[in-house]
Amino acid sequence: MRQIAIYGKGGIGKSTTTQNTVAGLASIGKKVMIVGCDPKADSTRLILHAKAQSTVMDLVRERGTVEDLELEDVMKIGYGDTKCVESGGPEPGVGCAGRGVITAINFLEENGAYTPDLDFVFYDVLGDVVCGGFAMPIREGKAEEIYIVCSGEMMAMYAANNIAKGILKYASSGKVRLGGLICNARKTDKEFELVSALAAKLSTQMIHFVPRDNQVQRAEMRRMTVIEYSPDHPQAQEYRNLAQKISDNKMLVVPTPLEMEELEDLLMEYGIMEAEDESVVGVAEKAA
Amino acid sequence: MSHEIKTVEGITKESTQEMIDKALEIYPEKGKKKRAPHLAPNDQASGSACVKSNRKTVPGLMSARGCAYAGAKGVVWGPIRDMVHVSHGPVGCGWYSWGTRRNLMSGITGVDSFAMQFTSDFQEKDIVYGGDKKLKTLLEEAHDLFPLAKGISVLSECPVGLIGDDINSVAKQSSKDLDIPIIPCNCEGFRGVSQSLGHHISNDTIRDHIIGTREFAEPESPYDVALIGEYNIGGDAWSTKPLLEECGLNVKAVWTGDGELENIAATHTVKLNIIHCYRSMNYMCKVMEEKYGIPWIELNFFGPTKIRESLRKLGELFDDSIKEKIEAVIAKYDPQMQAVIEEYKPRLDGKTVMLYVGGLRPRHTINAYEDLGMTCVGSGYEFAHGDDYDRTASEMPEATVVYDDVSEYEFEQFADALKPDLIGSGIKEKYLFQKMGIPFRQMHSWDYSGPYHGYKGFPTFARDIDMAINSPTWSLVKAPF
Repeated sequence: MRQIAIYGKGGIGKSTTTQNTVAGLASIGKKVMIVGCDPKADSTRLILHAKAQSTVMDLVRERGTVEDLELEDVMKIGYGDTKCVESGGPEPGVGCAGRGVITAINFLEENGAYTPDLDFVFYDVLGDVVCGGFAMPIREGKAEEIYIVCSGEMMAMYAANNIAKGILKYASSGKVRLGGLICNARKTDKEFELVSALAAKLSTQMIHFVPRDNQVQRAEMRRMTVIEYSPDHPQAQEYRNLAQKISDNKMLVVPTPLEMEELEDLLMEYGIMEAEDESVVGVAEKAA
Repeated sequence: MSHEIKTVEGITKESTQEMIDKALEIYPEKGKKKRAPHLAPNDQASGSACVKSNRKTVPGLMSARGCAYAGAKGVVWGPIRDMVHVSHGPVGCGWYSWGTRRNLMSGITGVDSFAMQFTSDFQEKDIVYGGDKKLKTLLEEAHDLFPLAKGISVLSECPVGLIGDDINSVAKQSSKDLDIPIIPCNCEGFRGVSQSLGHHISNDTIRDHIIGTREFAEPESPYDVALIGEYNIGGDAWSTKPLLEECGLNVKAVWTGDGELENIAATHTVKLNIIHCYRSMNYMCKVMEEKYGIPWIELNFFGPTKIRESLRKLGELFDDSIKEKIEAVIAKYDPQMQAVIEEYKPRLDGKTVMLYVGGLRPRHTINAYEDLGMTCVGSGYEFAHGDDYDRTASEMPEATVVYDDVSEYEFEQFADALKPDLIGSGIKEKYLFQKMGIPFRQMHSWDYSGPYHGYKGFPTFARDIDMAINSPTWSLVKAPF
């Protein structure tokens, strides 16, 4: 069983990419479980065709304690026999979503969710590693393989680099490694080259360049993955390619995150950022 | 005030320093460097602290300290008897701080006294989803069940601070809905270095939510006073309050032993605050002094010598009628106290004691032992600050050892070197020293006895000390070490 965690900047398309990739793996006969680690609980809707799966923490709240739950209450089976679990958690601004992730994963472990027939477990983790709870999926004995979803946008690359810093911390004390960057293209300038260059700087690879295609949205409106909605569409083939590449991937590295200056140099090299001009910093458009 | 320098035969600055150095020997260099300033021989004449204090405990040492929650729940809030005190968080903090301090209460439980254990009993779901809604429900239920409770305090345990539960807004809203004071106290245990910060936070909360919100029904008089930092341990307040009343003063409020919310809330109209435990409540005395112009005086009611001194100091602040009453009180009780001394002193004369307690006892009780012919050969506090040690210097004999946040190891080494006839400290130390064959009294809670305060307390104190030291049991104990 390979356990894989997907991280990336909020809104970059982690959940969509994860579910399409998982559908791709399922379509080549792999047994997969998805564990959604985000209080929004939208990591499994395309696989389950559901609006919102009832989450581990929702049921804990309803019934009183974790001990009152059974595995079948929270585990649903979706496309390609994919097992789906959502950790769940509070609405923004109250409580502790990180603890929800810890509680849910502990529950899954104690109740035998990690069966030997599984080829892959995917953790789809909230935007950034904001606290210990969101690092739970990459603690010892869990995911040892991480993919970062990013794009050629500056903030997505900053985020990718920051996540690499987090991975470095865990990599130096455990077995967790970076498997690559998944470019979820936004059609920015020189996106392929830029993300490839960032990957190289991080000592990893851009494992796949997923082109932007509205077919993804058309499928999403039907709460489906592209692979299930339109298996013959070229975009479906892109996700199958990504799935195959992850399945075959042997390049697992300890990342070498960049210093802020190096990252900015890289962006300048590709013309994303202009050479630093301190005279414009903090000057509003009207004033200039 | 110039005092005669007290000395103890065989104890010099050099001998004490040598003992300290020997105790420190076992520590690694870094630990030694950190601990050394917290241990020193007393300089009685200096009148200032000889040790560093109120610092983070050195990791790895066995410290007896508590936490901010303990200071808030156990010390300041818990003794207020007509309020419901809610420990907001998992069950353990509330449970294990329930009733252990022996701050006695009058009244009928559930009617006008609420010495019960109220907790929101956090579960996983409360951590993840927040405990604010549960707290709201709890407050409603507590008010339904105990409609006569005058108010509710909400005391934060650690997780509340970690998950950012907004107890302040829940308290504000529920206070409006239920029409009783509900006071949020952000006293998470991880704040500060000891329980001391919990006292301070609680004082600030009283300042922000309680003081000045009520008036006394009776008209003001020039003899209105409040007794501050008196927690009624073993019934202490039931000795000191009548004593002050016998002296002609109106004790309008006691903070917070057997305390009542409305009296505490109206304390801003008294003429003088008499403070007993300076460490835990000096903050509010200073606030009332600045804001309402109420002077305050720190007094010691342990042992007849100090009581006499304190009452006369108190008399200086009032007119002749009070001074006369005070002299009459002293004249009445002094012979009774003399009789106590005559009974016990022959058996206790020349005996030595070491102390390690909390807020004020490491200095305030020294003279009570001296009244019985005993000598204090070592003293220290768990959580004191510099101003407490300043006040300790003149009470301790010259060159005796002063220890701050002492570790069990250091305490044991000092006891081994000084071989005291009695140790007065807490439950964590009790059995260690008893196994060493040293008589012991649990001096946080008066060891299931009390009161020890005031004229009423001294005979009990003398009896207990005699009982501990002269128990024939000790001749049957042979410690193997």
